[in-house]
Amino acid sequence: MTLSLENLQTRRIDPNQPLLEVENLVMHYKIKAGDVSAVDNVTFTIHQGEAVGLVGESGCGKTSTALALLRLLPANAEYMSGEVRLNGEDLLQLTEDEMRERRWKDIAMVFQGAMNSWNPVYRVGDQIREVLDTHFRGQMDIDTQTRHIEKLFTAVGLPVEMVDRYPHEFSGGMRQRAVIAMALACSPELIIADEPTTALDVIVQDQILRELKRIQAELGMSILYISHDIAVIAEVTDSLGVMYAGKLVEYGPTSEVFSRPRHPYAYLLLRSTPSITGPRRKLAPLEGEPPDLLNPPSGCRFHPRCPFATEQCVVEEPPLAEISGGHRVACWNYEEVPELEMELVR
Amino acid sequence: MTAPAPARIKPLVEVTDLEKLFPISRGMFRAPNEFVHAVDGINFAIAPGESLGLVGESGCGKSTTGRMLVKLLDATDGHIQFNDGDYERDVANVSRTEIKEFRSRVQMIFQDPYESMNPRRTVFDTVSEPLAVQKVGTIPEREERVLELLGLVGLTPPENFLFRYPHELSGGQRQRVAIARALVMNPRFVVADEPTSMLDVSIRISIMELMTELADRLGVSYLYITHDLAVARYMCDRIAVMYLGKIVEVGPTEEILANPRHPYTRALLSAVPIPDPKIKRTPVEIKGGISKAINPTSECRFIQRCPFAAQICRENPHPDMFDVGEQHYAACYRINEI
Repeated sequence: MTLSLENLQTRRIDPNQPLLEVENLVMHYKIKAGDVSAVDNVTFTIHQGEAVGLVGESGCGKTSTALALLRLLPANAEYMSGEVRLNGEDLLQLTEDEMRERRWKDIAMVFQGAMNSWNPVYRVGDQIREVLDTHFRGQMDIDTQTRHIEKLFTAVGLPVEMVDRYPHEFSGGMRQRAVIAMALACSPELIIADEPTTALDVIVQDQILRELKRIQAELGMSILYISHDIAVIAEVTDSLGVMYAGKLVEYGPTSEVFSRPRHPYAYLLLRSTPSITGPRRKLAPLEGEPPDLLNPPSGCRFHPRCPFATEQCVVEEPPLAEISGGHRVACWNYEEVPELEMELVR
Repeated sequence: MTAPAPARIKPLVEVTDLEKLFPISRGMFRAPNEFVHAVDGINFAIAPGESLGLVGESGCGKSTTGRMLVKLLDATDGHIQFNDGDYERDVANVSRTEIKEFRSRVQMIFQDPYESMNPRRTVFDTVSEPLAVQKVGTIPEREERVLELLGLVGLTPPENFLFRYPHELSGGQRQRVAIARALVMNPRFVVADEPTSMLDVSIRISIMELMTELADRLGVSYLYITHDLAVARYMCDRIAVMYLGKIVEVGPTEEILANPRHPYTRALLSAVPIPDPKIKRTPVEIKGGISKAINPTSECRFIQRCPFAAQICRENPHPDMFDVGEQHYAACYRINEI
């Protein structure tokens, strides 16, 4: 693919400079039966140009975290405490109008179902034009807009003539590419991609993830990937956080977490992930079910399912403590967690 | 032409030239002149106790194949020879009256445990329904059988689950109920259509283990339909890869994964993400996207996207399966040049 991003804004990045800092974020959903503690004390930082992943199973709070960062939560959600700082500015303190300014321009989003959210009666190009109209009112004439949108289409691997087509003329993969083009429209510093390829077939998924990775590197963007698919996260991120029952239980450089997971949940999750390469490892199932977040378990939320749990885990909640450069784990007994062994089948 | 069963034992299911065409309606009063060739002349066999994985992307015809095998869909053409020892028939062409007999011998497990169960019926109602339909046993006998199966699928103690409703169960528990329902008639053959793809990783493994264990214990064969090759690796003895209504490659699982021969299989395998950041994949590039098999031309189905397409592919019809050894077959003319 030829590069065609020269006119899109390319940022000079300093990989040590924090872009988005999430600090002690606590968010509850208020329902009739009480408070659902969906995001509990989540802290992590995305640096400039960094790709960060959040993995976990359904209901672990990864999507809630993403929506909380964007302030796109449903009405019954309530921020209890914490800060979300983008370049030092706390997004949670902004007014709704100020926040609207930031979305798409500073932080863009690509959601799982996004490819189905195109308005069927408008041309795709015109729907992207709307974003440009909102954020660059009066600064871009129609021709500049059209050239810009064509550039975006080329960048995500769509033929330019598709700009004037309607959503139904796009395949699923093409629609998702168009969503990415829209996310890139204002050259945001950060893209939040929540299950960006989950509904797609594996070959299309691979093409889109590679495209995203290339664009990210070229434009100096940061990406927060959210996925249940550990293999996808392994391939596209620099750092990753593992979430369980609303908690961030482990966070660190992707290569380190994968080669030596320290939280029992992360360890068991990796042991239960099948792969098509390498020898056929024995997969270990995780016993039990995720907890009810209306009444989360005492102490460590993972203790009822944890093979390494001690009495301390039942009463006292472990902090997310740093164990080596940038690698943090919320477990009292992380030293008990063995190395990922390769027990083979047959 | 037919990809034979791996051993000399009589196959449990033998599919020959199976075909399913869906007409595209052109309005109420016009006869359709276009057809989607969802399944277009496929051949495979499943030995007793074996599980065959049917993999491919969405729209390749794998679910249609599964549905024809349990007679949820009627085949347009072809044969499905079924033989479990005391029932031997070409079920693609049995009469409506005979179907009930066949249905007691095959079962299906569906993808979505939230949609494949009636929310107003208890676990007992759901699991015992096949017994009621087939008029097997008295109600106390059926209850005993249901309890036995709930225990078998790991819903313990079974008494506690008997009168629960689907909404009181988690996704994993529901899928266990679906497995119990599938096994209640003691079938020899089960079609499992993406049974674990709606489940979270941690629960997925226990369901996969349960299915493997029960297959060994009860001598059940699976046709395991999935888009996830990593799951297929753990569930299947052999894998058949489908593309636009055709089986393009079939062989023992590890052999296919280690040594794919068809260009499509290579592209598919090279696109699967690997849960290990140390390994860097080199993707095989193929052109374009998957299309629909509407009135396809007679040449190789993969020709437009194939990076290796040559003169021979354009001048000949869709290739037959070539034997590449090790029970491994691939439908490609250029197999020895790639």
